[in-house]
Amino acid sequence: MMGTDITNDKPGLSRVDGRLKVTGKAKYAAEYDVKGLVYGVLVGSTVTKGSIKNIDTKKAEGAPGVLSVLTYLNAPKIPGYQTDSPPPKGPLKIFNNNQVYFNGQPIALVVADSFERALFAASLVNATYNVDTHQTDLKANIANGQIPGRGKDYLKGQEDAWKTAPIKIEQEYTIPTEVHNPMELHAIIARWDADDKVTVWDKTQGVKGTQRSIAQAFKLPPDNVQVNAPFVGGAFGAALRTWPHEIAAVLAAKAVGKPVKLVLSRADMFTSVGYRPYTWQKVGIGASADGKLAGITHEATGQTSVYEDFTEGVVNISQLMYACPNVNTRYKIVSLNVNVPTPMRGPGEATGAFALECAMDELSYQLNIDPIELRMRNYAETDPSNNKPYSSKFLSDAYKIGADKIGWTNRNQKPGAVTENGWLAGYGMAAGMFGAHRSSATVLARMMADGTLILQTAVTDIGPGTGTGMVTVAAETMGIPADKIRFDLGDSSLPPSPTQGGSQVMSTVGSAVHDACVALKEKFKALAGNGDATNYTQILKQQNLDKLEVTTASKGGEEQGKYSMYSWSVHFMKVLVHPATGVVKIDKAISVADAGTIISAKTARSQMIGGTIMGTGMALMEEAIIDHRYGRLVNNNFADYHVPVQADIPQVEAYFVNKPDLIINPIGAKGMGEIATVGVAAAVANAVYNATGKRVRDLPITPDKLLV
Amino acid sequence: MEDEKDHALPGFEAEAKDNSRRNFLKQSTLLTAIALTPGTAVKAAEMGVGEKIAEAFEKMPIKMEVNGVAHSLSVEPRATLLDILREQLDLTGTKKGCDHGQCGACTVHVDGHRVNSCLTLGVMASGKKITTIEGLAKGDDLHPMQEAFLKHDGFQCGYCTPGQIMSAVACIREGHANSEMEIREYMSGNICRCGAYPNIVNAIQEVKAGGQAV
Repeated sequence: MMGTDITNDKPGLSRVDGRLKVTGKAKYAAEYDVKGLVYGVLVGSTVTKGSIKNIDTKKAEGAPGVLSVLTYLNAPKIPGYQTDSPPPKGPLKIFNNNQVYFNGQPIALVVADSFERALFAASLVNATYNVDTHQTDLKANIANGQIPGRGKDYLKGQEDAWKTAPIKIEQEYTIPTEVHNPMELHAIIARWDADDKVTVWDKTQGVKGTQRSIAQAFKLPPDNVQVNAPFVGGAFGAALRTWPHEIAAVLAAKAVGKPVKLVLSRADMFTSVGYRPYTWQKVGIGASADGKLAGITHEATGQTSVYEDFTEGVVNISQLMYACPNVNTRYKIVSLNVNVPTPMRGPGEATGAFALECAMDELSYQLNIDPIELRMRNYAETDPSNNKPYSSKFLSDAYKIGADKIGWTNRNQKPGAVTENGWLAGYGMAAGMFGAHRSSATVLARMMADGTLILQTAVTDIGPGTGTGMVTVAAETMGIPADKIRFDLGDSSLPPSPTQGGSQVMSTVGSAVHDACVALKEKFKALAGNGDATNYTQILKQQNLDKLEVTTASKGGEEQGKYSMYSWSVHFMKVLVHPATGVVKIDKAISVADAGTIISAKTARSQMIGGTIMGTGMALMEEAIIDHRYGRLVNNNFADYHVPVQADIPQVEAYFVNKPDLIINPIGAKGMGEIATVGVAAAVANAVYNATGKRVRDLPITPDKLLV
Repeated sequence: MEDEKDHALPGFEAEAKDNSRRNFLKQSTLLTAIALTPGTAVKAAEMGVGEKIAEAFEKMPIKMEVNGVAHSLSVEPRATLLDILREQLDLTGTKKGCDHGQCGACTVHVDGHRVNSCLTLGVMASGKKITTIEGLAKGDDLHPMQEAFLKHDGFQCGYCTPGQIMSAVACIREGHANSEMEIREYMSGNICRCGAYPNIVNAIQEVKAGGQAV
């Protein structure tokens, strides 16, 4: 049914923490039985812009079990918020003043001795507002786009060169706001252990980052902030930073003198923890008659909040993807009365790839050249933006694998020409890319007398299987069975590791695990003398040691400046479109990754499949809708904001080129989390065009757009 | 609701056998007076005397069997089965994903049938047998569905997993696992944002084909 090539000869471990997950014993942020716990519930603003005129908390305060209702009027001052010269823009400072910047902005936190009581009391908080005119509509405000602070227009060669090319297209593309919506609601338990010491169990992608943020906010030494996140129930970028509700929970715990648990509601998840921003794009692209690109112009304008700027590399992909002599790009943001966006899986690139890879497809039809062939005629052998060599690029291999697996030869170049059982059938493809980053990490490796290897580092696992990957690296490096290895993570007191984001953990932490194991082996070698240096337990026994350990810091070297480093992907889709109803069914989905060596085949395959499925949600259904009259979301729940469910998804297949990149790191692995999603939406849109002859350039591709 | 009579709300059943009925009636006499005067309870709360009265009013005695263990609990009528499991019984394997019956993360078995525990009040579960993910394995021996999820990697972050597994077991028991398409249809109430859907289907198909009792 599937058949990930490499899983046949190297199937990979089942998840090392899988047993805890299938038995319900894995504990997520809100699930710690902390003594004396009380419960917090947030109250959101019901207006979109203005200031709080009056906030009546008396009824709520008098309701059964209520300990406190925090608002800007009575909340203790957060030390880190008090600066003499606050920057004009920055993260939302919760309960800092009476200003309302967006609908749903938290204006109060009710703390009670049970969840039910806190929830009820929250309904009794009543605020009145001085209301100002809000702006929430990007399209209506597109003229107000500003080039963000540090950004600037990009130009290589001639500006707008596409216009003079013999074959050209220019089109506009929009994506709506897409919300991460991990299944685990954002949650935190905060407990003060002393006046200047706090412990949190938190949903975060980076325990060290959260430790720093809380330490800064409350002016504490970082070591006095203990952050625990051994299990994280998905995040996709939504837990990359410390959000106002986390600060509020820590504040409330101090205010009431008890540990506070705060779990966001699903509705809160739409207004409190970021999203992929609504973005408008225009791509002009021109080529010679034989399909050599002459110029690309890519413009984008995305939405941000009024209180904090958010930017992402939407147009970068047009600078990097194809060998093209003339490229210019421009990126702007518009400040609206909305909560601030945050990176979502494939941030920037997933948005940009939708426009560029659809435009390439449109061009291929104009040229009457196969879309894969068009991409091969413009294949970049070196980085087009700086002419640096790639550390590795096997995207052309990925094209071949994917085309073979989807049955690309069955595709008809003429759109709308094929029907299957009364459905229009079509094929599409699109490529993706994302930086293959390696940052720094420190790993402790400790061999115990009984032969157990313990690895420790402060990384988190939001789902890809970090522990499983790290155990695999260690087992291979040390030459011991995986079941003798324990990987400890999700604890800020462990040696530092990066935040899990930007597809860097396998490369960064995997290399650090490798380096720590190599260093540990060296230590054993020194002790072994002429004996067997790999019989670890015997050496420990001979030396009368109960353990041997090393702590190793690991990061990239000078190769980082010499090479361009990217992971690459290609997605192939076969779709069926019902001619009478406009329903789009994904019939077959094939994703192929060039992500270097695949360390952990089983989990890598799942990560790739999962990213493809998230991309089909972006393509076909996901759209957070604001009623601009009120500036309020109308579909902030899973009944109205659709994400893919079982019935939407066929057997998705994932394949890997699986060639090592030994320039980037010693384990040869590049990241995969982002490229799994980047390009998917374009592949679906391109397949829909091939099936129907209808080009939908504003996502999601809902049936109404195919029936017009 | 075949045993409705035995498990009707205390105070409303015809043949109450224990003290809970008398206690409840005592409480409700007091509370009737309050309830008859709209706003009185809120006023009492405002005056700071409401807490004890409200507590007496709010708590209801229930009995339920969870994973084979009998529990006698005192719960607020508005408390969901999900919150009772997680907050009172420390059975956190059952997950909260939406509180609206839209995601399936909270799926448990009530008298053998899958239900969303976030849409089930605790008082509705009184007298019922509840099975949660913690009750599926027999000691160290995993349930075949748990083994199949491990083998087929039917999850990533693991948060929707308990609900998926409880739903998957019920899907087979209901006779709705006869084809890939049927499984997809009958598992569509359980959202997995990590996108483990194909792996979950494979796991369910293997258990179904294995023919073991689930």
